[in-house]
Amino acid sequence: MTALLAATNLSKRFRGLVAVDGVSFEVAAGEIFAVIGPNGAGKTTLFAMIAGALAPDDGTVTFAGARIDGLTADAVCRRGIGRTFQNVRPFPGLSVEDNVTIGALLRRPDMRSARKHARAVLDALDLADKRTVMASSLTLPDRKRLEVARALATDPKLLLLDEVMAGLRPTEADRMVAILKQLNRDTGMTILLIEHVMRAVMALASRVLVLHHGAAIAQGTPQVVVHDPAVIASYLGAEAVG
Amino acid sequence: MNDLWRSIEGRGRTVLACVLVVLLALPLVADRYVLSVLTLIFYFAYVGQAWNLMMGYAGQLSLGHALYVGLGGYVSALLWLKLGVGPWLGVFAAIAVAASFGAVIGWLGFRFGIAGVYFALLTIAFAEFTRIGFDHLELTGGAAGLFLPFEEKRVGEWWNLRGGQLLFYYLALALASGAVLLVALIARSRLGYRWLAVREDETAARALGIDAFAVKMAAVVISSAMTAVGGVFYAFYYNNLFPSQVFEISRSIELILAPIVGGLGTVFGPVVGAFVLTPVGEILIAATSHLGVNAPGVKAVFYGITLIVIICIMPSGVWPRIAGVFGLKGRVP
Repeated sequence: MTALLAATNLSKRFRGLVAVDGVSFEVAAGEIFAVIGPNGAGKTTLFAMIAGALAPDDGTVTFAGARIDGLTADAVCRRGIGRTFQNVRPFPGLSVEDNVTIGALLRRPDMRSARKHARAVLDALDLADKRTVMASSLTLPDRKRLEVARALATDPKLLLLDEVMAGLRPTEADRMVAILKQLNRDTGMTILLIEHVMRAVMALASRVLVLHHGAAIAQGTPQVVVHDPAVIASYLGAEAVG
Repeated sequence: MNDLWRSIEGRGRTVLACVLVVLLALPLVADRYVLSVLTLIFYFAYVGQAWNLMMGYAGQLSLGHALYVGLGGYVSALLWLKLGVGPWLGVFAAIAVAASFGAVIGWLGFRFGIAGVYFALLTIAFAEFTRIGFDHLELTGGAAGLFLPFEEKRVGEWWNLRGGQLLFYYLALALASGAVLLVALIARSRLGYRWLAVREDETAARALGIDAFAVKMAAVVISSAMTAVGGVFYAFYYNNLFPSQVFEISRSIELILAPIVGGLGTVFGPVVGAFVLTPVGEILIAATSHLGVNAPGVKAVFYGITLIVIICIMPSGVWPRIAGVFGLKGRVP
């Protein structure tokens, strides 16, 4: 297995609180990898360290063979990592198409080709008919999709998704799962997701990492992980396995 | 450029062409006073556009743009007075000095994460200590000011900006039109879109690979350079410079009113704003003197009330409202 992304011994402390405590994992190229865990387990902090929003106190992040820990968020994106935010942050005063075009500009030499690429991405995410709408007037599910579209437009090798299913109705979540699966299959794009919606995790992920109090307590295929006693005790609860 | 022209719909092209032709031909019929008011309008449209580029597009609030006007004016005037270097050459020196100041302010602000109103305070501080510095600078005449003397032999040297109202009318028109064209082009460029991204949400912009620092530096450098050109115009039009007048914070405020009233982050907003505000000021002067009300501050009070009314009725600016009435869709140009 060739790892596209490798986190080794990653740690982050906020004053006395250890948010992430020596977490290591590898994500293979082309894989869909999920990080789950209860609220406050350190998932978003882990994400932030990979995406360059936070510098780790300890440990390293290697992406495509090069160290990226401590790089700025924009440098990480230019290396080929696209991300979404847990609390969506589209550019509110711009149209849906302009939002995505800005993402597309990263690897397109001119406005014309960026716009063309943006339209293709909007098509793939069922947002084509909303392209002239202001992002501020979108519904939450549309904003979530816009967030994914904008990250995708940067042509990432690795896509980081921070709870894109949260707040979606089951049918909308299923649609998102289908879109992500298709992307992964058609383009071979590697996806790393943080998710609470276990239905989506089970449907998407080939492997799962479980965080609890900042530490990794289990890692493996979704089927193995959901039957792990430690995971059931700390996160899922006995009824989830049933 | 071709793309830009093609993106304007037919009706818009006709209106633009008509306005330009009328403004070009106006000196044939208009008197000196009308031309002087229009010159002022163009000047405010120009410097307002320069500020709009930084605030309206890149979202960086500067309340010290008078600094760049003053630096541009003083540098070009000094070169002319002390070394005999004409304004066409002096303008490059003016740009270089003002852009360097802009770069320093930008670097300090953006490198150390001074944002929003704190960044605005930084710009005010720079303008203020430059004003105090010039007050005590012997080379520029200190607080007593710097004058470009009237020289008989130089009358008519248009290439040295030694001419009458007509020369400055056309120069100001050219500056304002050039600024509109430049901003329209940049707004549609990669840089323009990156500015919008940083303005809307800097964290999200960075997550899309945008180097926010570089993008904001570009905004402040281009804006200060453009404003300096306005300063050169100011110096050679008025022929005098006083630190207490050019660097004063009220000058910085005066300069940002047209884009705010006209419509921030739009290409035509600063122009429309200047066309609304300058005549209002002139009418108030005429009205108060006609009515015999000469108490100091009367004009300012009425000007303030007018501003409040306009902003209350049209909070996003006069131009977006007009554009809406004429059925322009999408992002207001």
